[in-house]
Amino acid sequence: MSGETTPTPTPTKNDPTTRAVGSPRAERVAHALARDVRLPDGAGTLALVTIDNGLDHTKPTTFGPTGIAELTATLTSVRDRVRAGEVQAVAVTGKPYYLAAGADLTQVTGVTSREEALALGRGGHAAYGLLHDMGVPTFAFVNGVALGGGFELALNCDYRTAAADVRALALPETGLGLVPGWGGAYLVPRLVGVQDALDVILTRPAANKPFTAQQAERIGLVDVVLDTADFLEESVRWAARVLRGEVVVPRRELDDEATWRAVTDAARARLDATIHGSRPAPYRALDLVAHARDRSREEAFAAEDEALADLILSDEMRASVYAFGLVSGGKRPVGAPDAALARPVTRVGIVGAGLMAAQIALLLAQRLGVPVVMRDLDDERVAKGLEAVRSGVERLTSTGRLSPAAASRLLGSVRGTTDLADLADCDLVIEAVTEVLSLKKRVFAEVEQVVSPDAVLATNTSALSVTQMAADLQHPERVVGLHFFNPVAAMPLVEVVQAERTSPEALATGFAVASRLRKTAVLVADRPGFVVNRLLVLLLGVIVDAVEKGTPVEVADRALRPLGLPMPPFELFDLVGPAVGLHVLTSLREDLGERFPRSPGLARLVEDGTTVVLPAAAKGLPKPVDPAIQATFDAAREAEPLGEPLDEAGVLDSVLAALTREIGHMLDEGVVATPQQIDLCMILGAGWGFHLGGITPYLDRTGCSERVLGRRLLPDGVANVPTA
Amino acid sequence: MPAAPAVRRTVFVDGVRTPFGRARPDGLYGHTRADDLAVKTVRELLRRHPQLPPERVDEVAIAATTQAGDQGLTLGRTVGVLAGLPRSVPGYAIDRMCAGAMTAVTNLAGQIGVGAADVALAGGVEHMGHHPMGFDADPNPRFLSERLVAADALNMGVTAENLHDRDAGLTRERADAYGVASQRKYADALAAGKIDPDLVPVATRDPERGWGLATADEPPRPGTTVEAIAALPTPFRPGGRVTAGTSAPLTDGATACLLAAEDTAAELGLPVRMRLVSFAYAGVEPEIMGVGPVPATHRALERAGLTIDDIGLFEINEAFAVQVLAFLDAFGIADDDPRVNPYGGAIAVGHPLASSGVRLMTQLARQFAERPEVRYGLTTMCVGLGQGGTVIWENPHHAEYEPTATTAAGAAPIDEEVAP
Repeated sequence: MSGETTPTPTPTKNDPTTRAVGSPRAERVAHALARDVRLPDGAGTLALVTIDNGLDHTKPTTFGPTGIAELTATLTSVRDRVRAGEVQAVAVTGKPYYLAAGADLTQVTGVTSREEALALGRGGHAAYGLLHDMGVPTFAFVNGVALGGGFELALNCDYRTAAADVRALALPETGLGLVPGWGGAYLVPRLVGVQDALDVILTRPAANKPFTAQQAERIGLVDVVLDTADFLEESVRWAARVLRGEVVVPRRELDDEATWRAVTDAARARLDATIHGSRPAPYRALDLVAHARDRSREEAFAAEDEALADLILSDEMRASVYAFGLVSGGKRPVGAPDAALARPVTRVGIVGAGLMAAQIALLLAQRLGVPVVMRDLDDERVAKGLEAVRSGVERLTSTGRLSPAAASRLLGSVRGTTDLADLADCDLVIEAVTEVLSLKKRVFAEVEQVVSPDAVLATNTSALSVTQMAADLQHPERVVGLHFFNPVAAMPLVEVVQAERTSPEALATGFAVASRLRKTAVLVADRPGFVVNRLLVLLLGVIVDAVEKGTPVEVADRALRPLGLPMPPFELFDLVGPAVGLHVLTSLREDLGERFPRSPGLARLVEDGTTVVLPAAAKGLPKPVDPAIQATFDAAREAEPLGEPLDEAGVLDSVLAALTREIGHMLDEGVVATPQQIDLCMILGAGWGFHLGGITPYLDRTGCSERVLGRRLLPDGVANVPTA
Repeated sequence: MPAAPAVRRTVFVDGVRTPFGRARPDGLYGHTRADDLAVKTVRELLRRHPQLPPERVDEVAIAATTQAGDQGLTLGRTVGVLAGLPRSVPGYAIDRMCAGAMTAVTNLAGQIGVGAADVALAGGVEHMGHHPMGFDADPNPRFLSERLVAADALNMGVTAENLHDRDAGLTRERADAYGVASQRKYADALAAGKIDPDLVPVATRDPERGWGLATADEPPRPGTTVEAIAALPTPFRPGGRVTAGTSAPLTDGATACLLAAEDTAAELGLPVRMRLVSFAYAGVEPEIMGVGPVPATHRALERAGLTIDDIGLFEINEAFAVQVLAFLDAFGIADDDPRVNPYGGAIAVGHPLASSGVRLMTQLARQFAERPEVRYGLTTMCVGLGQGGTVIWENPHHAEYEPTATTAAGAAPIDEEVAP
């Protein structure tokens, strides 16, 4: 597949990523079904409200406007019965496996006016507010997933039980460009204390780490964890004991004012140090928490409404929902051939026993459950590779993620060899040797001598041409690229590379393997650096180029802060290793041209083995560039700088312009089918933020794509607040 | 040579059941799994007896007549795992049609008796809504070709009609009066608070109505009168005598009980609500399976060295009124004898086949506590395809009741184990 002959495909109706965010589907209405339950020992009647959208467990219950209206109606009639003396307690619970997964995001992104946005927050508050004004004790029986607005439903009750198997309790709103605005921002700090509240509202959403029921109980988010086997029955009993005064749940005093201020001030400083104001939601949430101590419930909920309304109408929020849709839909890869074409994989060979090879071997053995043979040139390298596998297994065992039996099965299923003939029975062979084309070609040629004619050969190359690698083989059509990211176990992306002659069978096998490894696979054409490395290395190239032109390294290092990337550029250099970075930069320049700049300073740093960053001030904070490397750049420069030194805005501008231009090229070349695929790659392969939507929504909303390419990358409204 | 285990007495520590539901798609358990019903009963027993370390349970036997679907997969084992018992606790499934749970109890009593178990859980479940009687069964054609049984012997209602035929004294009027009395006795017992203490609440989900909590039996029809049922149709035979008013309704439900060797109960501080005296099963002609309790009771009495006059309370399963009447006639007991089914019976509360045996025992245990003057009681039931089963129990509240002497080693010497 070459750029000249492949027109950029436009997203089709079948593309789930565009469908999810393009046209909101009809609301899956969460019904609120009330039934009377007789409490034990004459404690009276409990009105039990079940939230249920009437669909199976693959369709989580979410709240849209109709659902909220139904809940309001149900709770209102329950309240009437309370007033009539017919009901002594009220509880909410959910359909199996879900309490509720929050607000229906597809409905939220349909909002275009501030009035509608305000109504959304107020509607939730009005419905949940009925629980506060019920006049009898209210309970949430948290039987399953409770996220965002779903968990806030529970927080607005007086008491909460949770089933022991619940593993997803969270307020992820700030990760999606919102605030927990149906009471969460006010109720959580008052319930669990301001310090833990910030963990719930800011830290965990950023790390995408929900609470288990047990963790939630530990900090007081839920009052009691009950066995799953008879969770609802025992929750009712527990509620009756509360009503009778046999169980008293102690509530903590509000933290004092000084503590409140110190904790929120520290959190603000940390936000500034990590996300640098790149997105509003965490700051708005923090503001709400900061005021939660002294505001009345009414004042606080009104402030939540305002914050929600502002954020619902923010491009960051829209980009986040777009990104969420991409990632959720990413398990169904766009452009993948019929899965039925995939060859069965019962035994895998890995050529090379280096760090990457060992990681791939371990993951394959673990997730595919098949024997893996790792081959390298000599016993020493093989032993090293096996040792890496062993320590990987030990890490999994010591953290309890692997049972001793599973560990021993894993260790038994990975073996090493120096004899290529031992790969004979493999139906998939992945090469992960040094990034030298001639070497990789030789490896494939040798492997082809021993494996069966229909065995699939895959390369983990990050930047070399897969087409050239396959060119001289007897069966070049069996070669596919499987580009993993480091660390292999943790990074969720695999770029599946279709070379010029890759057969549908080989490609389908690549997708099938990626899927069984629980990775998101993105189909990419055989173009240098594919997606992630091409853009990341370009970014680094532009940064060092600015330094070469006289921009101080510290200015260059700070310049990208408005993007809120996971780390500043020199820390990224440090992470990939300056030598690797330089190698890929050079190789991309050779293939793609001078857009990937030369940097004598970088070459010198690599030569000297200099560490380019200083240690982080604290765990979790970025590592700043070491100002000392300025001298290396200055010394390596042959003459006066050729260009003008830039300020931070100038560096940012040149990086964005370069990224935009490159994305234009990539789409023209058909590296991927759509801008959505680029965004998916950058989110999963580089950790770029939801608030950027990956990257193209950001380039669109800042006008960069119009300026550089003369066109938007995504249609207006797909990942931003529609301008029309 | 290893020491032969002493024969040890089995005591009934406690029994519970789910509320019974009508076996219909819109019934109490229309959307609830059978195995989940059994799980709730087991958990309730463990919860009621925190002094019992769960790992001391040596066996779990759960009965079901149909052992497929949500009643498949070796219920005793699956229920144990689902109920959170330690993995070390074994279990098995058991079937003797209606006498499933009864057989689970007597089987485990055998295990306890020979020293193969100290503590055991026995129970039964039948979700007749999910598993209609005889559904998917594939009777051997020889039954009919060799005339081993009559063609309609597998239809329980027809066997009840056959029983009416046997004795002109077994009239529809008597049966109707018995059926009405069963409903009345159940309603009285419910009002007197004698039913609820044995019930385990069960959360029930209905996709249309949300979660609810089953806390009461669904089948009973309080206020039933003789006049109201006099005109009911006779679905099993045109012009027959058996009606819905004199038959146990199709029912969903589960029961479970905790059994222990008498010495183990003492060791763990478990209460003794009954002590097993003897038990027996007997076969009869399948066409009149309802008469099964008669020979079974004769045998059980004989083995215990007792006569029918020694029995102060009877819990007899009411598959059909006529089958109870046949039993009463056989032993010369009046239709309205207050010793018989004082809380009403299956005609009112329902008969989830394999689980009913333990309901009889649980209720007898409660009556023992109310009636310390009664020394012995029996639980008995008829079984499809022509069987009966009877278990005789001794009341620990009786003045003459003597706990078996326990020695330091636990078991009592065998010569003290002779049945009274």
